[in-house]
Amino acid sequence: MKYRRAEDSPLFTKLKGEEHMIIAQIIANGILMGFIYALVSVGLTLIWGVMDIINFAHGEFLMISMYTAFWMFSLFAMDPLIALPICTILIFVIGVLTYLGIIRRVINAPGLTALLATFGLSMFLKNLAQFLWTPNFRYINNSMVSGKTIELGSIVIGVSQVVAAVASIILTVAVMLFIDRTRTGKAIQATALNKNTALLMGINTKKIYAITFGLSGACVGAAGALMATFFPIYPASGALYSVLAFVSVAMGGFGNIKGALFGGLIIGLAEALGGYMLGTQFKYAIVFLIYLIVIQVRPKGLFGW
Amino acid sequence: MVKNKKILFIIIAILALIPIITRTKAVLNAIILLLIFATLGEAWNIITGFAGQTSFGHAAFFGIGAYTSTIVFYRYNITPWVGLILGGIIAAVVAAIMSYPCFKLKGHYFAVATLAVAEIIKQIFVSWDYVEGATGISLPIIQRSSGFAKRLFYLQFNEKIPWVYICLVLFTAVILLCSYLENSKMGYYLKAIRESHEVAESIGINPTNYKLYAMLISAFISAICGSMYAQYILYIDPFMIFSLDISMKIVLLTVLGGVGNVFGPIIGASIFIPLSEFTRIKLGGSGTGVDLMIYGLLIILITCYQPKGVIGIVQKLTEKSKKTNVGGEGKIEATSGN
Repeated sequence: MKYRRAEDSPLFTKLKGEEHMIIAQIIANGILMGFIYALVSVGLTLIWGVMDIINFAHGEFLMISMYTAFWMFSLFAMDPLIALPICTILIFVIGVLTYLGIIRRVINAPGLTALLATFGLSMFLKNLAQFLWTPNFRYINNSMVSGKTIELGSIVIGVSQVVAAVASIILTVAVMLFIDRTRTGKAIQATALNKNTALLMGINTKKIYAITFGLSGACVGAAGALMATFFPIYPASGALYSVLAFVSVAMGGFGNIKGALFGGLIIGLAEALGGYMLGTQFKYAIVFLIYLIVIQVRPKGLFGW
Repeated sequence: MVKNKKILFIIIAILALIPIITRTKAVLNAIILLLIFATLGEAWNIITGFAGQTSFGHAAFFGIGAYTSTIVFYRYNITPWVGLILGGIIAAVVAAIMSYPCFKLKGHYFAVATLAVAEIIKQIFVSWDYVEGATGISLPIIQRSSGFAKRLFYLQFNEKIPWVYICLVLFTAVILLCSYLENSKMGYYLKAIRESHEVAESIGINPTNYKLYAMLISAFISAICGSMYAQYILYIDPFMIFSLDISMKIVLLTVLGGVGNVFGPIIGASIFIPLSEFTRIKLGGSGTGVDLMIYGLLIILITCYQPKGVIGIVQKLTEKSKKTNVGGEGKIEATSGN
């Protein structure tokens, strides 16, 4: 195996004009990826904050959404961007069903039981996908946005990434506004703060839990449809993103949407810059290292209290 | 305590008798894996069940143990028995290094931090040429005609029965250590820390030190299990050995067996390992993942219908004798502290 030696690393060479451009390019890519990570993390942080459950099946919801986009595209020639609402609604429904079928039964169990139920679900969904659709990599090659690029000076960015990032920003802001402004959102906040008090105030906490799970699914469903335009689709494609989402949620502070947004951005940037400076094989190691450093300064995450 | 010893004796006697009753390879294989994972569960139980610090990164210690004994044998032809102890020491050192920054975190933050550490270690091993990187290592096989003494020295056997007894000895030693620990001063200190960090501190316990001791013991035992596992299956690679699935398997069988109880891991392992082996043997050959699909479904069903773990059923059945068993029903601190 060949690896980039340390001397080859740009850290050891003088930055020339071109290198500046490369770094600008990498930062742009990192930020765009960061917004998508943020949308995935927002979904996870909602469940984590409201119900105090780590949803291990989060990445598998993402994978199912990517497959939905793929099948919509290959069977009905529907562009992933048009299929986005379908993916979102489908994963919303799967989220609600997950709550009703599984989480409702384990939510009052001690300790880690609920987490293990979601772990079982993730194992089930991952292997169901493999059983139904084989482990082969699939791609959506000729959607509206794939293969096209925008040039800003000397920075070249893929249209699909830009569209995905913009859509992620819009959806993240929409979720924030929903939580902050609407009655249901306020009920979600109240349930997160104290379930029993919320119950006493006449909030149907079971309904709130179901909505939270659905909303979390909707976030990840939208993210899946957006990512399907430029990522390979295979049964384990979600697993990596769920681990990254754990880290970004913990970095931002559990249950904090703003935290998840910044966590996602930091991870996107760390991955891109770390991969460039130390070699791509270490990019996730850098991400996890940054989490460990951040958590030293803010033991409850950037925005946790 | 007397009653616990009786149960322990019965469990060990049953496991020791199985190779005499049947020599089916699949059964013996399941018993060996069961014992290795039960021992891992005991190790995890020390830090999570007793001290209340949820770790999702025990695959790191397991993997360090597996790699140390393998490398020592593969590169320098030194007996795995030396590698086993060395692996334990290295894992304990790594545990000490990671514990210092991690112990000020609480609940899920600690859990995610241990997961992050395990992932970092995995990434390092994947791109480290000295340990053959992502290719993994196949252990060199000693001559087929070697005598038993030599086989024992190099920890490689032609048949499975010696493995059953080696793993049984390891498991017995660890479970005795854990029951001793549970009723020792340190065990009570750890449980005090689990129940309330602040109160434990206020009555003069140094939580950081005791959590560190628990972590060191836990890491040492996990590493020994890793060495055993590597010697048993004779092939390791970083994706398999440092995977989140291994960490979660340990959590799974301990929690569903009964966390914080010395019998939890063996009960959990007795259910989950044969189950996973059975589905794998019956359905795994197709390569379509249907075995893991069914296994996942079974996990969901067990968690949904018996959320307190299998030990919950036992406690329900033996309501009276419950008082003698107060090893502490596992209450893990899992709140984010809001």
